[in-house]
Amino acid sequence: MQMIESGNVAAAIGVKLSKAKVIAAYPITPQTPLTEKLSEFIESGEMEAEYVPVESEHSALAICIAATSAGARSFTATSANGLLYMHEQIQWAAGARLPLVMCVVNRGVGAPWTVWNDHQDSISQRDTGWIQIHANDHQQIIDTVIKSFALAEEMMIPVMVCYDGYLLSHTYMPFDVPESSLVDAFLPPFNPPYSLDPSRPANLNTVTLPDVRPDVRGDMALAYMEIRYLLHKDMLDAIPALSKIDERYQSVFGRGGNPLIEPYLCEDADYIAVSLGSLSYHLRDVVDDLRNEGIKAGVLSVHLYRPFPAQAVAEALCGCKGVVVFEKALSYGYQGTLSSDIKSALYNSTRDRRERPFVLNYILGLGGREIATRDLYDALRFSCTADDPCNEETRWIGLKL
Amino acid sequence: MKKRDYSHKISFSEGGPGDAGKTGSWRILRPVLDPNVCTPAKRNIPSCFICWLYCPDGVVSRDIPPKIDLEYCKGCGICAEECPTKAIVMVDESSFLEGVNKKPCK
Repeated sequence: MQMIESGNVAAAIGVKLSKAKVIAAYPITPQTPLTEKLSEFIESGEMEAEYVPVESEHSALAICIAATSAGARSFTATSANGLLYMHEQIQWAAGARLPLVMCVVNRGVGAPWTVWNDHQDSISQRDTGWIQIHANDHQQIIDTVIKSFALAEEMMIPVMVCYDGYLLSHTYMPFDVPESSLVDAFLPPFNPPYSLDPSRPANLNTVTLPDVRPDVRGDMALAYMEIRYLLHKDMLDAIPALSKIDERYQSVFGRGGNPLIEPYLCEDADYIAVSLGSLSYHLRDVVDDLRNEGIKAGVLSVHLYRPFPAQAVAEALCGCKGVVVFEKALSYGYQGTLSSDIKSALYNSTRDRRERPFVLNYILGLGGREIATRDLYDALRFSCTADDPCNEETRWIGLKL
Repeated sequence: MKKRDYSHKISFSEGGPGDAGKTGSWRILRPVLDPNVCTPAKRNIPSCFICWLYCPDGVVSRDIPPKIDLEYCKGCGICAEECPTKAIVMVDESSFLEGVNKKPCK
């Protein structure tokens, strides 16, 4: 069924179709309409789930952690400082291997207050052990939510579905709503190998010692380092797992094919712009213009940000002359985080540094600063034509100092 | 590496004795149950078992009368505190020792 609705509603319908049983969320701009929609679905009886109104984001995630531990498929959503308030529980959910799905409607973080879009909120949670997937339009939001439950439950790793505040959350676009019975077949009910059970009591996530030690049955139990290593290893295994889930989704619903990265005119490109989220679709207009001028440019959209699909990224970028990374977040005191990740992926991909493309980094759009197509054009054109762009430090677009 | 299921990829523990050794040796006060006061013992029906319910270490059984596993009882006194008929009293552990000089220390 085709529908014209906002990105937040696309996400809410995805959660409804995924048959989440527990929703706990605290409203925060620009996520609010998503959780409002879910509460409406539940109140009207359209969705069979428990909606838990909470006093904070920390409690929202704590309730989802408890519900998932008890075997219920759970969902929450937040933005910006709400996400930061969850930070302690975010780490917990990953270490406890709970397959939660959370929508992060990307917004800049305070101070100073901003309610507008950038990526600093989810980027700041990069190293928590959650899978992070960026959706670039409404169709991808609804599809990614459904696929994320499948991925989370296969790997027993929580997933953040990130999409741009306002640019996607509050704009209206047409999208296809998958058939409910087909979603049920694609995503069977959550059935974890262990969930809290009064007839088989257990302590979950109890204190570990620095070294391994036997459990009460005399079997050697994992210590902290082993548990964390397995999380890392399973994160890496989530890359091929997502590809397989995407293939399966494509075979049922006819959409997908680029679960990790999405190249646009990259095949023969001399210069490739790279970005997360809706900005990468914006950049396609610029690339089309540059192509008309005879500059072989392309755009690479990174959908899966953690685990980082380093091999796929390096394969897409190797052989071009220059990579230009446009970012709405950064690691203060160094550079854009995606830029660092891409350099790392390229460094390992080839021993001969002359084969490596230069990597330029632009920071833009922080706190919702307008991203003008003209500015993107100027920046990308400059990067494709400058004599020695390598010597340039991180550049900021649209700064008015 | 063999594929571990979820319960083996987290820190997970089940109830069982002995994770910290024989913790009964930590005890200073010993719970002593008087079957003439204890409700299930007095009436000879399975009832009450507040001591079993409240014991944080799970060392009290649901027998008539309830039995306390002194190898693991740390002597916290919660059972004595909670017992509605005051059938359990906490007795100084040293009074159970034999061959020890029980004179007060100088």
